[in-house]
Amino acid sequence: MIEFQNIEKGFFGVKVLKGVSFAVKPGQTVGIVGENGAGKSTLMNILGGNLPPDSGHMLLGGKPYAPKSPRDAERARVAFIHQELNLFGNLSIAENIFIQNFPRRRTWSPFVAGPQIEERTRRLLAEVQLNRSPATPVEQLSAGEQQLVEIAKALALDAQLIIFDEPTTSLTSRETERLFAIMARLRERGIAMLYISHSLGHVQQLCDEIVVLRDGQVVGTGSKETLPLERMISLMVGREITQLFPRRETRPAPEIALEVKSVSQPGVARNISFQLRRGEVLGLSGLMGSGRSELARILFGLDPCASGEIVLNGESLAGLSPRERIRRGLAFLTEDRRAEGLCLEAAIADNITMVSLPQYSRGWTRAVDRNACRSVVAKMREAVGLTASARDEQPVKTLSGGNQQKVVLAKWLLNQPKVFILDEPTRGIDVGAKHEVYRLINELAGHGAGVLMISSELEELTGMCDRILVMRRGEIRDEIRPDEFDRERILRAALHDGSLV
Amino acid sequence: MLKRLFLSDYLVLWLCVVYFIALIPFTPGFASWSNLQTILAYLLPLLVVALGLTLVLIIGGIDLSVTSTIALASVVGGKIMSSEAGWLAGSAVAVPVGIAAMLLVGVMMGVVNGFAVTQCRIPAFIATLTTMMFVSGLAIWFTQSQKIGGLPAGFVALGQKLWLATAIAAGATWLAHYVLARTLFGRWLYAIGHNSRAALVSGIPVQRVAFAAYVLAGLFAGLSSILFTAGLETGNPEMARDNLLDVAGAVVIGGTSLYGGKGRIIGTVFGVLFLALVDNSLNLLGLNFYTVTMVKGGVILGAALLDALRNKLLIS
Repeated sequence: MIEFQNIEKGFFGVKVLKGVSFAVKPGQTVGIVGENGAGKSTLMNILGGNLPPDSGHMLLGGKPYAPKSPRDAERARVAFIHQELNLFGNLSIAENIFIQNFPRRRTWSPFVAGPQIEERTRRLLAEVQLNRSPATPVEQLSAGEQQLVEIAKALALDAQLIIFDEPTTSLTSRETERLFAIMARLRERGIAMLYISHSLGHVQQLCDEIVVLRDGQVVGTGSKETLPLERMISLMVGREITQLFPRRETRPAPEIALEVKSVSQPGVARNISFQLRRGEVLGLSGLMGSGRSELARILFGLDPCASGEIVLNGESLAGLSPRERIRRGLAFLTEDRRAEGLCLEAAIADNITMVSLPQYSRGWTRAVDRNACRSVVAKMREAVGLTASARDEQPVKTLSGGNQQKVVLAKWLLNQPKVFILDEPTRGIDVGAKHEVYRLINELAGHGAGVLMISSELEELTGMCDRILVMRRGEIRDEIRPDEFDRERILRAALHDGSLV
Repeated sequence: MLKRLFLSDYLVLWLCVVYFIALIPFTPGFASWSNLQTILAYLLPLLVVALGLTLVLIIGGIDLSVTSTIALASVVGGKIMSSEAGWLAGSAVAVPVGIAAMLLVGVMMGVVNGFAVTQCRIPAFIATLTTMMFVSGLAIWFTQSQKIGGLPAGFVALGQKLWLATAIAAGATWLAHYVLARTLFGRWLYAIGHNSRAALVSGIPVQRVAFAAYVLAGLFAGLSSILFTAGLETGNPEMARDNLLDVAGAVVIGGTSLYGGKGRIIGTVFGVLFLALVDNSLNLLGLNFYTVTMVKGGVILGAALLDALRNKLLIS
């Protein structure tokens, strides 16, 4: 269906793709895995017409294929389902599906054919098993339902090739299963699919063939039988990762770093109480919308809380702004690093010093001590293992996701936090960077800080935490100690037993 | 070589040089000493107001009221100092009080804008548009549309003695540059312009910093009004009326982004210089006001296109 022949691409003189070749047959689902920066996004941008290759060719259905714009890709019936969904929240499902090319009553007419659109939308929604009226505004849909709309949009184009880029990151496990069922049906219809994901388990489950990219090259291809999980990981990383979760040598201290006393906020959190000790890594599990991230925002002072008390190292934080909480040793890595974690257009160095800059400004004019900043940035880059190829002045947006996350960590670690709240610290980053993040969390706990770690990945929580709290509907439903760590028990507490599931 | 020049930070300065040299043969008296002085006298007050606007644009805001503030400060200063009808006519403290009052008018306008934008959460465009309208009207009502003459010699010297005006503007420029490039406050302005939510989460006092940026814009407008008023020897309720978009255009030509996060004072200096050269040369060519405006629009568009092309090249 699609064949890549020796695709090469470089930016700023750095080769990102070094002769990538592989092919996808009609009706085949091919998984592409690789660390961030391995070249997956660049390859997909070339396929989608966003970037031209420096050299090499693509064949689509046996014919040369060289899209100059996303529009060209669409005309060639190549559709993308992006990680960040590209729908217009204020428009209806039908409008979103036909936004590029509304069916008209006559070809020359400016008036769109309302009934025809509705009818076609209805049929498409039935195909993806989304039981909603075509007139529903997209913002009223859940993330999973929006994804189905994206797929319906691809079907409306009569796509012969659909690319899924990290489609499951914002889906619940039920929605994920539904997505996979629909993908299976698409395969039966002969549609070829490319599936890009860091969830290696999903890739194994779904794909007929797996392509492993590393440093812009195909380092391995095979089926799920010939490429078991460990083999995939070691190919991706280029070395054996014996243990994904590094061992922490230190134990939690008896002193309490953060105490939360019956914090409540209507509709968000109900009577939340827990203690976080120094040197402890406390996990917070729960489904999307269970109130995990909302609780973190309350603790950090970004959102209000109606009642209850938050005590940091013996001092109440009532009424303090995030700024004052940071000064007292709180740190918060947000779930969405692009929107709230980083200034993407700003330099790496400026992002790293963003929190601690007042400590490096002198005199009554608060002039920034640039030498001190430079040396401290160098120190932090080393500490978090940021890629050496990036210059300090380079905008953060040029970094891969994993390296961007390291910049966020560096920014907070520089302030030597006493309590660090991490909301999905490894979302969308590759195995190598994950390992590094885990190492940094252990190191921080080893220095006596308390860590509150929110995550949707159970393996991560069970691998890293001293205790796990499970939230559902704004309440803590269960507390699980290390000797009782049990996936099933966590899921049960998160999902409730029976009726709702 | 040509590409290096094109991508240089000093591109606008080179454009000024090229424009200047290219127009000398066609424009009688363009390069004469007295004309260069005219150009300088024209650009100094514009430069000072552009400095404040640069700060506000860097946080991703806008201040449309700066030129109205100049007009209001101008008539307030005139009313205080004028020897004909001034409240402090002939008094020894008239000039210092007048100057202080003009700066205060600027600060007050900044406070109003800053409060409206950061506390009431009114979009900066609307907030400053309404203050612009209100203040323009207020200045005219205040003087019943009369110009105020008879300003004391000590005050007029600030604008008429070119070295003095230059020293004031240079001092203001250096100050703005220092604040922006060297201080914590300056770094915070950029951070807010890049991503104000990330800045807030990082513990930057976003509202206070943004408020201060508007106050500074007002202060610079007040200072600019002193240069304008002294230079023209009149308190005029329509002072700088036609300069708002010129100034904004100059700042943007100088490389400051309307989306925030980008911009430098040196760029603003070049942008204002470019604008002054274009304006002066077109006047010397004997074009009427409307033609000048049209050509100026075209030139600014050209500069903007060039900048867009340059950014595209910088990325690839």
